[in-house]
Order: sequence, then C-alpha cells, then structure tokens
Amino acid sequence: MTDLARRSFLRTGAATGGGLLLSLTLPLTGGAQAAGDGPFAPNAFVRIGEDGRIVLVMPYVEMGQGTYTAIPMLIAEELEVTLNQVRLEHAPPDEKLYGNPLVAGVQATGGSTAIMASWQPLRQAGAIARTLLIAAAAKRWNVAPEACRAQAGEVLHPATGRSLKYGALAADAAKLPVPKEVALKDPKDFKIIGTPAKRLDAPAKVDGSAVYGIDARPPGVKIATLAQSPVFGGRVKSLDDAAAKAVKGVRQIVRLDDAVAVVADHMGAAKKGLAALKIDWDDGPHAKLTTDQIARELEQATLAAGAVAETIGDTAKALASAATKVEATYQLPFLAHAALEPMNCTVHVRKDGCDVWVGTQVAARAQAAAAKVAGLPLDKVVLHQHLIGGGFGRRLEIDGVTRATEIARHVDGPVKVVWTREEDIQHDMYRPYWFDRLQAGLDEKGRPVAWNHRFAGSSIIARWLPPGFNKGLDPDSVDGAIHLPYGLPNMHVEYLRVEPPGIPTAFWRSVGPSHNVFVVESFMDELAATAKQDPVAYRLALLEKSPRAKAVLELAAAKAGWGQALPQGVGRGVSVQHVFGSYLAQVAEVEVAKNGSVRVRRVVAAVDCGIVVNPDTVKAQIESATNFGITAALYGEITVKDGRVEQSNFDTYQMLRLDEAPSIEVHIVKSSQAPGGMGEPGTSAIVPAVANAIFAATGKRLRRMPVDPAQLKRGDGR
Amino acid sequence: MAFNVKINGKQHSVDVDEDTPLLWVLRDVLGLTGTKFGCGMALCGACTVHVDGVATRSCVTPVNALQGSEVTTIEAVGKTVAGARVQKAWLDHEVVQCGYCQSGQIMSAAALLASTPKPTDADIDGAMSGNVCRCGTYGRIREAIKQAAQSGSKGG
Ligand code: FES
Ligand code: FES
Repeated sequence: MTDLARRSFLRTGAATGGGLLLSLTLPLTGGAQAAGDGPFAPNAFVRIGEDGRIVLVMPYVEMGQGTYTAIPMLIAEELEVTLNQVRLEHAPPDEKLYGNPLVAGVQATGGSTAIMASWQPLRQAGAIARTLLIAAAAKRWNVAPEACRAQAGEVLHPATGRSLKYGALAADAAKLPVPKEVALKDPKDFKIIGTPAKRLDAPAKVDGSAVYGIDARPPGVKIATLAQSPVFGGRVKSLDDAAAKAVKGVRQIVRLDDAVAVVADHMGAAKKGLAALKIDWDDGPHAKLTTDQIARELEQATLAAGAVAETIGDTAKALASAATKVEATYQLPFLAHAALEPMNCTVHVRKDGCDVWVGTQVAARAQAAAAKVAGLPLDKVVLHQHLIGGGFGRRLEIDGVTRATEIARHVDGPVKVVWTREEDIQHDMYRPYWFDRLQAGLDEKGRPVAWNHRFAGSSIIARWLPPGFNKGLDPDSVDGAIHLPYGLPNMHVEYLRVEPPGIPTAFWRSVGPSHNVFVVESFMDELAATAKQDPVAYRLALLEKSPRAKAVLELAAAKAGWGQALPQGVGRGVSVQHVFGSYLAQVAEVEVAKNGSVRVRRVVAAVDCGIVVNPDTVKAQIESATNFGITAALYGEITVKDGRVEQSNFDTYQMLRLDEAPSIEVHIVKSSQAPGGMGEPGTSAIVPAVANAIFAATGKRLRRMPVDPAQLKRGDGR
Repeated sequence: MAFNVKINGKQHSVDVDEDTPLLWVLRDVLGLTGTKFGCGMALCGACTVHVDGVATRSCVTPVNALQGSEVTTIEAVGKTVAGARVQKAWLDHEVVQCGYCQSGQIMSAAALLASTPKPTDADIDGAMSGNVCRCGTYGRIREAIKQAAQSGSKGG
C-alpha cells in the first residue's frame, strides 16, 4: 500500500470535453522539485475520455530511447488496459486544455531519468484511475467495489456477468474523491512490464511519415540557414550580400550582431546564398585560442587543491606506508553531439504572438527563450513539440531556439532555421575537456590501500542549473568518480571547476560518467597490471560489499569467455560501473592491426538495471550507447585552432559505421530493485573497456582519447 | 527555369536553379519530408532515394540530372517488393531508435536487396557503410536485412 494522503502529487477532476482527468507531478532532471514538495504543479496528465480513449500527456520527449513506449507500459499495467489502448501526446509547455500551469522546476528529458522518475508515480496514477473506475461501476450497480475487477479497459462484476467500459464510467469517476491508499501490483503479477513490447513510434519511422522538428512546414514557411561567428564571441564587422541576394529563391538577408542568415524559398537556395555572402568577422577576444592552451590551463589548475568530493580514511598516511606507488594523468577531449538531425527551429513571430516548432528536451525553457527574444509574455508563445532526431544532451540547450527567434523577428511569416552540418559541429556546446591526476598506493599483495583523484574541467550544472552547484561541486561532474562500487579503505577525490574561455560546454550522453568512468576504470586496470593480477579477478576482490556490481562483472566475464586464448594483436578489456542507478559491466574484444588501426570485434555487456520495464529497450539502449562510446573512443575529438573548431562534417568528425560496428551481446540480470536509467550507461562503460583491451593486445596504456593509431603501430607498420 | 521530375510515379514541374540538389526539391518544394538532411556532402546517407532503382544521395544530385529518370522516396518504397520486405523486417527487429537515419537506411537496404537478393555480410557492408546511424542501430540493421533477404528467397 502506498500512502497517498501525505503526497499531493496527484489530483483528479473532470476532463475538458468529458471524462476523467488525472493530473500528476513527475520529477524531472537536475534537482527539479520532487513529487509532493511545494505547491501542486502537475506536468503529466492521464485523460480517460467518454469515448474510452486513454491519452497520456507527459513531459518526456522521445529521442530514440524508447520512452514513448516504456512510459505508457507503466500506466497500462496498473490501469488494466492493453498497451494499444493508450495514446501518447507531447506535453506542450503550457497546456490551456488542462487549465494548469505546467512545469515543476525544469521540464527536461535527460540524465536517463525518465523511467527512474516515473516508475512510482505513473503506476500509482494508473492504480488510482482503476480504483476510481471500479468505485464508479460498483456505485452504479449498487454492489461492493471488492466484488468488481478491472480487465482490458472494462470493469466487470463477475457474480452477475455485468460489465461497463471505462469510457462509460469516466465522468462518474471524476466526481469521486481520490482514494487515500491504493495497492500496486506485485511484480510477479505484471502482464505488460517486463515484456518486450513493440515500439509505438516505429511504424511512422519506417515509412517517412514521422515528423521531426526539421520537418515542420507551417503554411508559407521560408527556409533559412546561417553563418555564425567562426570564433565564439566574435561579431560581424562588415557584410556584402549583393551576390547572395541575386541567387534565385533567396528572399532576404538577416544580419545579426554575431551571425548572418539567408532566408529563401528552399534550403538549396539558402545554402547557395550563404556561400555567396562576403562576411568580414571581428574575431573578438578568443581569436588565438587553441585546444592546447585550454589543456595546459586545466593541467596547471590540478596542481592546486580542489573542492573535496569524497574522502575516506587517510590517503596521505596510507600512501606513506604503501609498498608500491602508481601515478598517472589522463585527458579527455571536447566532443560534439552530432545528432543526425541538424539543429533547427521554426518560428513565427507576430505582433501579438509567436509560434515555435521544435524538438526539445526542455520545452518550458524553449518557450521562455522565444518569449524573451520576441518580447512577448510567456502565454503568447505556443510551442509545438516534435520528435527529436537524436538528443544526446544537445536539445537540453535553447541556443537554437534563441537564434531562430532572433532571425524570425526580422522575417514576415514563419521561418525554419536549419543549421548546416558544418554549423552544427562548429557551433555545438561541447562535452568538456578534462584533465585528471591519479595516484594510488598498493600493499605488498598489490591491493589498493590509497586512491587519490583530482581533476579539472567545466561544470555544466553551474551554468545550466546554478543552485545545483555548491561549494565548488556539482553532482554531475563527480558522478562516477565518487561512491565507487569498490571497497577502497583510503580514498580522496577533488574537483576544480575551470571553464574554458570561448568554448561553450554542455551535457553529452552519459555526461560526468563519460569522463570519470574512463579514468577510474583505466586506472584500476593500471593497478591490476602493476600488481600483475588478472583485471577481472583484481576487481572482483574489491567488490565484496557490492554484490550487484560483482554479479554483472562475473556474468560479463563468463559470457565473454574471459581468460580464453586470443590470437596475437587481439585483446580483451573490462570495465564495471554503477551510475544512473544501474550496474553495468562490459567486456570489449579489440583487434589492433600492425598499422595501429583498432577494430572492436565483440562486446559483451551484463546489466542490472533493477526491474526491467521493456527488455528490448534495455538491449537497444546498450547497443546504441556502446556504439556511441566506441565512436568517441576511436574518432571523437573536437580541436580548436585560432579560436575556430577545426572539424566540420562527418569527414573530419567521424562516426562509427556499419562495417566497423562490433557484435554486441547484452545479458540482463533479473532484479526486483527499482529501475535505473539505461539511456546512457553503455557509453561511459565501453570507452575504458576498449582502452583496457588495447592494453591487453599491445601493452600500451592509452591515457587520452581518442585512440591514436600512430601510438599503436608495430614493426614495419603495415 | 522549370524542371520536370518524376517522383513516386508522378510528374512534377519545379522552378528552381538547375544545380539545386534533389533533396531540397523533395523536402522544401514538394513537401516530401521523409527524405532527411544529415550532412549535405554525401557523407551520411540520410538523404538516400532511388533514381531508376539505384540508391542515390539526393543531397548531391542536381535536379537537372534527373530528366527522364524515375525517383522513388521513402514515402513510396513500400510499394516495391524489396522495400516492403525491408520495412517489415525493420519493424520485426525493432531497428529504429530516434529514427532520423532510417529513411536512408531503408532506401539503401531496399536497393541492395533489389539488385542482390541474397547479400553476403560483405555485400551488406558495402551497401550500408555510407549510412551513418548516430544511435548505433547497426547490429539490428544487419539482422533485419538478412531477414528481409530470407523472406525474399522463400518467395514471400
Ligand atoms: S545528407 Fe546526403 S549523404 Fe548526408
Ligand atoms: S536511429 Fe537515430 S540516427 Fe539512426
């Protein structure tokens, strides 16, 4: 039984147009207010219409992670309907239909939070609705509610064989008080949760009918593309647009302070016009910036003490008496998101209002950004949410909406601003560059008795959610560096926030752990090698207090055939982590050619992510995140020279391709714990597994990413 | 000047510059938005269509090169035998994630199966490695192509 009286996360009432409406508050990313705290501010709705249709409106957006399928499963399970009876709608940022202000804290989809956050409240909402519908039926039949039960969208009274569809009961149910307690199903009775339900969004994605932000076509829409200052912080000094204006189909040139846009009938004309522009830029203060300069600043910073993120025991003392000391520095590069759908946003600014068509992970912020630029009150801005062609954190930012609205202010009618791939890569907000110092002491048996880790890099939380940054720390930057699954008797972790000049940073798939897990799991491998012990056995010995981590590591190693002989030039590497509420171990099998090129042949993953809502989604997410991480490990690097990002398209910012993709096996450990996140963990775990496999194959330890084949060349290099 | 292009069996006259890539004619002029923009440089395959049955990157195919050709897009590929099989296999294997690359993936796969009904792994590598999937659905794409080839060989 769940005590609902204490928690004001849910209300019921009559829906506009008849039927039952449940309004509830789902917790969201980044320290947003938890359900039940503060004033009631719902952000999700379940509407049971008199026509029997069940519509779920929710604040999470589909970016490919399967949320649009997994979330309805939670409701359907407790409401006793089949999955295909539930229809999902995007939550608009302000929903007049429901008469309630939306958004508690920040309306956002990110941090693998959707399932974790909605696991309890959505099942409760389903159970409450079911209880109310049963009560309404019982009242109508004048029988006890206990004598009725719900099944497949109907309430049944088995004793008399009577039944009533939910639609016929919804209006009555809306008049009943919310029950004080509802019983949630025992997991063993689940009919939908835990089954590999088909993705609800798939059919429209195989026939071209799915509508992404970039596909928005309000009547009369013009297409614009843009050039932004190639150096962050630069401005337009002078502009010659005569040739651009002469291009057929070009309608207008919009000059902003730090960008120029070409508005045209179609993107072909807009791009041609853009190429014909002669823009003289004032590069501003970052005209000479290089990646090396940023890396040196970070390295310097780590010579001083940082904010203490975690400390256990006394590492100084332990180090002094250690039999062996190991030290290393690690570095990770800036990375672009490179979602396949380039940045885009369509805006129509009018005197009295504004419409925005976009796929965003932060609808409310996007609406506010447009309102600010358009100089309109929030309620005059209507945001039309769309599917996202890959988010990975990029659509947690609203710079694209701001930019599009700045342009749209100068355009009569709606304008779709589409970034070229080059703009998308060169004006991204990047995964931060990181510099790490590590130091460990081993006892005479090779066990780690001291672990010091100090690192410097940008804090995204400090900009994105300032209250989340406290006393020099934020939960994301240190995620994966502290609260390790390993039992380390003396451990000390420090973080230094250092913002790179002139390079904006942002969340990137698996964020903090994408950095920390690489460093921790690589260094742990170094310790095992120093101790001359097997990397799996070495880790297992430290996981006594962490049975779930131990179990996934054992399973992954067994399934991968850990210890079996491999040909020359091939190696296996392992990693294990506990982040985003899930335990994951990965074994990568890597082949290093004589010329130093690296191929990941096979990946075996074992995961314990608590109760699995949709096992196929879990598998798909690990496959996806693994390939995403391998792309970063083998190719991912954004470099800056003369203040400019040097990469521009998929030739210079390479993606893993089908002929290079490994076979990936995913093994799920059965668990009755609450669900953990699955959208991101695979990305952080695979990078150290690949680096450790390269070490096993070649004896070379890679302490910075991406892999540099020149470093791995053997013999004559052919 | 105006160009005649035959798309999905229908003639269209479009008034654009002769070097305008087909991609923008499809998406912006004709409103066939199923074909996607990813790179504009034949590097990602998101914009793949069939020109006389051959997988073609529409982002680098000028409209004046299409006189007398038949263009098929994702909106109509389901009417071809290979296209319908590929779409079904894609659903059976739950290939899609964000889905943005999948129009192009399906067009490349359908062209492969139309020309090579029983592709080897190497054939699949050759036909599909020009299509980027940022969501990393490659393993499922390979499996789905194999299933679609199987269903073809069974005559179904
Ligand atoms: S958009 Fe044509 S290949 Fe990328
Ligand atoms: S499914 Fe997202 S890019 Fe392929």
